[in-house]
Amino acid sequence: MTNLLLDLDTSMINWARAQFALTAIYHWLFVPLTLGLAVIMGIMETCYYRTGKEFWKDTAKFWQRLFGVNFAMGIATGIILEFEFGTNWSNYSWLVGDVFGAPLAIEGIVAFFMESTFVAVMFFGWNKVSKGFHLASTWLTGLGATISAWWILVANSWMQYPVGQEFNPDTVRNEMTSFADVALSPVAIDKFVHTAISTWVVGAVFCVGVCCWYLLKRRHVEFAKASMKIGAIVGLTASLLAAISGDHSAYTVGQTQPMKLAAMEALYNGGTDQSLTVISAVNPFKQPDYENEEEAPFRIAVPYALSFLATHDLHGFVPGVNDIINGYTKDDGTVEMSLKEKIERGQKAIIALQQFREAKKKGDSAAMDAARSVMAENMKYFGYGYVKESEQIVPYIPVCFYAFRVMVGGGCLFILLFALILFFLYKKDITKPKWLHWLALACIPIAYIVSESGWLVAEFGRQPWTIQDMLPTWVGVSDLQTESVMITFFLFLILFTTMLAVEISILCKQIKKGPEGEK
Amino acid sequence: MHIMSYEFLQQYWWFLVSLLGALLVFLMFVQGGNSLLFQIGKTEEERRMLVNSTGRKWEFTFTTLVTFGGAFFASFPLFYSTSFGGAYWLWMIILFSFVLQAVSYEFQNKLGNLLGTRTFQVFLVINGIVGPLLLGGAVATFFDGSNFIVQKENIANEFQPIISQWANRSHGLDALLDIWNIVFGLAVVFLSRILGALYYINNVNDDIICQHSQKRLLVNTIYFLVFFLMFVFHLLMKDGYAYDSTTGEIYMEPNKYFHNMFGSFTVLALFLVGVVMVVNGITFTLWLKQKDGKPFTKGIWLAGIGTVMTVLALLLCAGLFNTAYYPSNVDLQSSLTIENSCSSEFTLRTMAYVSILIPFVLAYIVYAWRAMDKKKIDRQEIAGDEEAY
Repeated sequence: MTNLLLDLDTSMINWARAQFALTAIYHWLFVPLTLGLAVIMGIMETCYYRTGKEFWKDTAKFWQRLFGVNFAMGIATGIILEFEFGTNWSNYSWLVGDVFGAPLAIEGIVAFFMESTFVAVMFFGWNKVSKGFHLASTWLTGLGATISAWWILVANSWMQYPVGQEFNPDTVRNEMTSFADVALSPVAIDKFVHTAISTWVVGAVFCVGVCCWYLLKRRHVEFAKASMKIGAIVGLTASLLAAISGDHSAYTVGQTQPMKLAAMEALYNGGTDQSLTVISAVNPFKQPDYENEEEAPFRIAVPYALSFLATHDLHGFVPGVNDIINGYTKDDGTVEMSLKEKIERGQKAIIALQQFREAKKKGDSAAMDAARSVMAENMKYFGYGYVKESEQIVPYIPVCFYAFRVMVGGGCLFILLFALILFFLYKKDITKPKWLHWLALACIPIAYIVSESGWLVAEFGRQPWTIQDMLPTWVGVSDLQTESVMITFFLFLILFTTMLAVEISILCKQIKKGPEGEK
Repeated sequence: MHIMSYEFLQQYWWFLVSLLGALLVFLMFVQGGNSLLFQIGKTEEERRMLVNSTGRKWEFTFTTLVTFGGAFFASFPLFYSTSFGGAYWLWMIILFSFVLQAVSYEFQNKLGNLLGTRTFQVFLVINGIVGPLLLGGAVATFFDGSNFIVQKENIANEFQPIISQWANRSHGLDALLDIWNIVFGLAVVFLSRILGALYYINNVNDDIICQHSQKRLLVNTIYFLVFFLMFVFHLLMKDGYAYDSTTGEIYMEPNKYFHNMFGSFTVLALFLVGVVMVVNGITFTLWLKQKDGKPFTKGIWLAGIGTVMTVLALLLCAGLFNTAYYPSNVDLQSSLTIENSCSSEFTLRTMAYVSILIPFVLAYIVYAWRAMDKKKIDRQEIAGDEEAY
C-alpha cells in the first residue's frame, strides 16, 4: 500500500520545517529572559537575604514578577517543540529516538520538575516559607531552567555532530553506544556554554534597558541604579565570556560542519591563508552563484583571520562551498571525498540495507553478512544516498552570512554598552547621559534579534540535514498532508503572536507600575 | 528473568511510563477543577480563589505531561513516531489546549492582558474539558486499536522512506469515531472533575466553595461511574491483542484483558484497592464530618492515590503479559509491543540508572507541596497577595 505513493509532498516538508522554525523562534523569545533574569534576581534576593533590607526584597520581587509573565510562554512553546519531534518528524523519531529521546527524558526528570516545583515556591512562598528556603527556591528555579537548557542543547548538539551511536540494520535505526560521548561531546559543551552565557547577556540587557527607562522618566532612581549595577556587571562578564566561547564555537564548527562555516562566511572557494569577511554585498534574497563567482562582491576582509578562527593557524586550510562539493585535502593530509563519491557510497549503504532486510526475511545469513559488510564500509555516508543534486546540500547562504554578522556585531555592541553603563555608574553620574539611556533601551529589541540570529546561524547552517550527514530533512518527516501542517502552522502563528502581544502589553504595564507598586 | 536483562528493562520502562501516565491522570485535577470554574465559582472573587488554588499546581501537571512524552520517546520511540506522527490532529488539539492553559493563569488578572479576564477563564475551561477528553480517548486506543501501518523496509525506498503511516487522512480524529474511546474519554473527564472538586474542598478554606464543590462532586460521581463501569465491562469482555514473544507474531486472544487483570494478583489488587480508595475518597467527603462539623477534606488524597493505582493497573494490563499496547486495526502485525517498539538495551539501561533520581525528585516535590499548602487559600489571602493570579 505504502509504495503506491510515488513521491513525497515537498511542500509538506517545507511547511513542517516552517512550523518547527516558528515554534523554535517563538520559544527562544522567552527562554533567554527566563535564564538571564534568573541569575539577576537570584543575586538580588541574595542581597536581601544577607542584608535584610526591604529594598532588595522589593527589587527582587519586581524582577520576579516580570520573570513570571515571561516564564509561562516559555513553557507553553516548549511543550509544542518537544511533541513536534513526533508529530512532524516521525521518521526522525524512530531513526534516532534511541539516542535523541534520552536527553529529553532526562530533561523532564531532572530539570523540569525542579523548575516547576520551586517556581511556585518562588512566586507564592514569600509569606509561607523561611527566607532561606525562599532564596534556595529562587536559585533552584534558575538552576532547573539551566539544567533543562543543558539537556536540550545536548540533544541539539547531537543533531549537529552525531557521536556515540551506530546503525543497527535489524532495528533499522541508530542506537546509542556511549552516553558519555553524547552528553559530553565537544559541540555540546561549546553550545551549552555559549548559549547559556548569551541568555545572561539578554537578561542583563533587558534589566539595564528597563532601568534606563526609569532614569529617563526620573522615577525609581535608586532602584534603577542598584538593579543596573547587578545587570551591567552580569552583562559585561557574560558578554566577554560569550565572545570567548563564541570563538571556540566557531573553531568547532570549522572542524565538524565545514559547510556551515562556508555558508556563514559566503566562502565559495576556500584555501590556505583565508581572510575573514567583515562585510560584503551578498544578495539577501537569492542564493549566490557560488559555482561561478570567485567571491561575494564588495568584500571587506581581515587577512588570515578566517584561517586562524577555523583552524587556530594563520595559514590553515578552510574549505569553501565548491571544495566541499568537489572534495579537498585537509591540513593533516586526509582527503575529504567529493559529494559525488559520498552520494555513491550512501546509495550503496541504502541498497545494502534493503538487501539485508530481504535476506533476513529469507533467513539467508550469508547474504545478511555480505550486506552487513557493505553497510559497515558505507554507513557513514548513508544520508548522502538520498541526495540528488549538489545544491541540496548547500544551506541558504544569505541567512547564515547576515545572521552571523548580526550576532557578532550585536555581541560587540553589548560589551560597549555594559562598559559605558559601568563607567557612568562608578565614575560619572548615570542619571545624566540621556543618549546612553536611549541606547540601552534600544538594545532590548536588538538583544532579541541578536539572540535569534545565533540560532538562525546554528540551524540554517545545518540544512539540509536534520542529523548532520546522516538524515536529510525530507527523510525525517511524518506522512502528512500539506494542508494539515499548513493549518496547524497558521493556528500556532496566530496563537503565539496573540500571546506575545499580550505578554508585551502586560510587561509594559508592570514596568510602568514600577517596583513600588507592590506597597 | 535477570535483573537488568533486556526483557526486565522493557517491562521496567513500561511500568515507569504507566506510572507517569497514572500520575498525570491524578494531576488532571487541575483540568477538572478548571472545567468547574463557573459552576463552583459564582462570583469573581470565588473564581479567583479557585484559579489561585489550581494555579499553584498546574505546572506539576504540565511537567508530568512533558516528562510522560519524553519518557515515551526515550523508551518506546516507535510509539512516539507512530502515534504522534500518525494521530497528528488528535495530539495537536491536545497540545493547543494545553498552550491555552499555560498562559491563562499568569495573564488573566494582569493589567494590560488585552483579551480580558473572562477570555482566559474560558481558555481554562476549554483545556479542562478538551484535555482530559482527548487524552482519555488517546489512552483508550491502547485497548481499542488505531489505524496505522509500520513498515521498516520503507527506509530503503528513496521515494517514500517513511516508516510509520496512518491509514487514512483523518490523522487521529478517527479515534473519536470509536464509541469506546469516547466512553473512556468521558470517564476521564468526570474523574478529573471529581478530583478537582475534592482538591478545592481540601485546598480552599471557604464554606461556599466547599458547598458548591460537594454538590458538583455528587453529580460528577454518578456520570463517572456510568462511563467507567461501561468501559471496564467492555474491556474485560473484549478480545485483546496478544503476541508471541518468541516469534513476535501478534494475534487476537479472547478476553485478553480479563486474563491480564485476573492473572496477576498485583495488578488485580492495585485495581481493586485503587477503585475502593477512589470511592472512599468521594463518599467520605460527601458524608463524613470532622469534629468541628466541617466535611472531610482529605478525600483528594484517598481518591488521588486510588486513581494512580487504578490507572496504573489498567496501563499495566495494556502493555505487559505479552500484550500489544498500541494495536493496529488495519494491519495486526504492525501493532506495537514493548518488545518491538522499545529502545536498545543500552539506552534503556542508561535511562534506568537515571531513574534512580525519581525518588529524590518525588521527595522534594512532597516537601515543597507541604510547605506551600500549610496555609489554605482564603478570601483574605487572595485580597492581600500581590503575587496572586
